[in-house]
Amino acid sequence: MGFQVSQNGDATLVEVEGQLIVGNRQELKQRVLEQLEGGDRKFVIDFSSTGYIDSSGLGVLVSLSKKIREQGGELRLSSLNEDLRTLFELTKLDTLFRITDTKEEALEGF
Amino acid sequence: MENDLVLEIPTDVRSIEHAVEYVVQRCRTCETYQKRLRLNFRVGLTEALTNAVLYGNAHDPSKHVLVEVALEDGRLEARVTDQGGGFDPSSIPDPTEPENILKPGGRGLFIMRQLLDEVSYNDRGNQVTLVLRLEQGSALEGGAQA
Repeated sequence: MGFQVSQNGDATLVEVEGQLIVGNRQELKQRVLEQLEGGDRKFVIDFSSTGYIDSSGLGVLVSLSKKIREQGGELRLSSLNEDLRTLFELTKLDTLFRITDTKEEALEGF
Repeated sequence: MENDLVLEIPTDVRSIEHAVEYVVQRCRTCETYQKRLRLNFRVGLTEALTNAVLYGNAHDPSKHVLVEVALEDGRLEARVTDQGGGFDPSSIPDPTEPENILKPGGRGLFIMRQLLDEVSYNDRGNQVTLVLRLEQGSALEGGAQA
């Protein structure tokens, strides 16, 4: 369980491995905020290696999206599996984020 | 209903994932119901434990969370009890309403209610019971107290 952070041009890609839940949400938040404070404005969080997300994880995504937007940036999400899409649809958070099928699609669109 | 599994977990967010996996891995059901176990039950139980640790026991390491699980006649029931003062579940607003959707919190109970067949609280509000219906022949393997 962890987060892989890499730079793709001027976009920051964060890949979530394992789960995004109450036990590790603060680590994700800290990693992204560090990049934001360092001047990054374009973020993609990729879930191709993610099992599930709980409400704490969803809450962190909402919080990060808000902070990034306040700085003039954007947070996009990619590679949600069927379970994760179900959670986003249930909570209507699919209306808040731009969600792409692949990380490449998210990165290319910036 | 006799409990097949009883776990007492510490008030520590790091213990939640392990406890959930321990329970889920002991549930055996047919392929048709796997998604209900993998998504509905796993996430629902995670939410219940998170609420117990963060809000019920309020991170107090001297307290613990009791998890009792039973599976009988295709009815998977998990009862989660914390040592807090309880809360009123009717006080939680709908997180999908426009005025709430940008709030970082408040989705746990909503997700439980969406994913489980039944969600009920005791009068004190410190115990939640989750019910998920599975195939009739479903079983808990390695039933034990931990």
